[in-house]
Amino acid sequence: MTALLRTEGVSKAFGGVQALSDCSIEVEQGSIAGLIGPNGSGKTTLFNMITGYGRVDSGDVYLNDTKITGLAPDKVFALGIGRTFQLTRVFSRLTVMENMIVAAHHQERSGQAGRLRNPFARAGGAATRQRAMELLEFTGIAKLAGDRAETLSYGQRKLLELSYVLIADPEIILLDEPAGGVNPTLIGTITERIRELNRQGTTFLIVEHNMEFVMGLCDRVTVLDYGNAVVSGPPDVIRNDRRVLDAYLGTAEEDDDSSAA
Amino acid sequence: MRPAVIWRAAGLAVLLAVVALVPLGNNVVVTQVGVLVLLYVGATVAWNIFSGFTGYISLGAAVFFGVGVYTVALITKHLNLTGGVVFALYPLGGLVAAAVAVPFGLIALRVRRHTFVVVTIAVFFIFQLMASNFSWTGGAIGIIPPYLNWNAATVWNPFYYTALLIAVVAIVLAWGIWGSRFGLQLRAIRDDEDRARGLGVKTMRVKLTAFVISGFIIGTLGGLYFYYQADALPQYAFNPFFDLTIALMAFLGGFGTLTGPIVGALLLEPYLGWAQQAVSNTYAAEVVLGALFLIVIIFLPRGILPTVGEKLTAARASRQRRAAERAAGPPPGSPVGATPAGSAAGGAS
Repeated sequence: MTALLRTEGVSKAFGGVQALSDCSIEVEQGSIAGLIGPNGSGKTTLFNMITGYGRVDSGDVYLNDTKITGLAPDKVFALGIGRTFQLTRVFSRLTVMENMIVAAHHQERSGQAGRLRNPFARAGGAATRQRAMELLEFTGIAKLAGDRAETLSYGQRKLLELSYVLIADPEIILLDEPAGGVNPTLIGTITERIRELNRQGTTFLIVEHNMEFVMGLCDRVTVLDYGNAVVSGPPDVIRNDRRVLDAYLGTAEEDDDSSAA
Repeated sequence: MRPAVIWRAAGLAVLLAVVALVPLGNNVVVTQVGVLVLLYVGATVAWNIFSGFTGYISLGAAVFFGVGVYTVALITKHLNLTGGVVFALYPLGGLVAAAVAVPFGLIALRVRRHTFVVVTIAVFFIFQLMASNFSWTGGAIGIIPPYLNWNAATVWNPFYYTALLIAVVAIVLAWGIWGSRFGLQLRAIRDDEDRARGLGVKTMRVKLTAFVISGFIIGTLGGLYFYYQADALPQYAFNPFFDLTIALMAFLGGFGTLTGPIVGALLLEPYLGWAQQAVSNTYAAEVVLGALFLIVIIFLPRGILPTVGEKLTAARASRQRRAAERAAGPPPGSPVGATPAGSAAGGAS
């Protein structure tokens, strides 16, 4: 197995707060990897470092063994890393379809390479629109295609974010709390969609607090604590790992092991 | 073609026909005021292509305007040009303004929101100071064009039609950009620039392109203004009120919409023209302008057209709801009532 995405000793401080310290993770090609850890353990910061939304203080990020450290977000996206945000970020005054077309920019361009483009052509050729509709049907929000994104519910926005990331056909998708604040039925839908995409070859790295969701979905789970990847393994192992319990529940003072003070 | 496009095109054609007939009335004053009205329509629409679409509020549009004024002024002065040929020079004013827009944009577009506004104002004052202090700009005395021996009765007609042409070009450009990929990218930047970047939009290039297009049109209008005004003076070529006025026009009609800036300019410029004639104290008009700005920002923050459009949609929805209730009797919790009012309004009104 080869690592599709890899961070090596990534560190990042905000003022005096060490958000990430010497953090190394690996995501295998074709896997669904989970990233868990208590609030403030650096999960989202790690996403930001990978996707170009911030500069690392030290360390490196590799995609397919190519160093991508410090590349701008548009370049990272063009290389095949898609990403959603914990608090959804959609273009609220554009319609759902227009949101999709903005993300399809890269595909349209490369598809028309060498041809002179009419700058006034309506955005989104027939092929793009069709692909966008397919994806919206896949995520179940196709009937909202003509609505402005600001009229969507929180869960629908999560689905829109997933849809427009998908239209760029990324190799790996980073999902930041896909199940957070979403009703159980929709969580089921999201889980199903992620599985299906994974079967088609998309790799996932998922940050999530919903343990049931993570343990049920991921092949491998990495635990962050104080900006450091403390342990990584299959869900069964992680579930019972002492360090995970410590990180989540605080040190186990009630246990017999009284070394922790 | 979508019906909305046809309606818009038909509306524009009728408006255009009426507007094109104005100079035939042979009222010199009306035509003269008309030139300024059209100039402001073009400038506001051009300003909106950048500021309205991206949400970056620029108060440095007068830089492009002034550069256009001085470009045409310097050329005509040094080549001693008279007659109709000067009308061919206006696009040169636009080109030089566009060239200025590139470094201006590369500096200013690195920052956002309030900081961006402040940077544009700073650049504006740099240009105004340069215009008043360099010797080749004529300093505070400015530049006066070679004498034009034109018929006084029809002197404003060519200005009128040129301004009309530029305004129409700006409007067509704005409409073309709106629905294009480029336009979507600009509007995506207005909603969430970092997110757009994360979806592969080359935000700097996109913003700069719109900034340059906007600068070109406004620079061309500056060229026109030089001969209209028959002088290039630092305080009129680089005029802070120009910036405030076009921003107010756009906000009044509907910031970031297609038709709003046109409506805003058509409403406001005749008033300003009248106020300057009617009120002997010229500052009074400016005080009113400032007060109007506050009123618009507080009570009509989205502008006339989006607000009216939303009210109309809400009224239509409630009418339909009532009609449906009458037709279906009064079942409690009728699902028809769930129509989201205003979801279709306020877009490209």
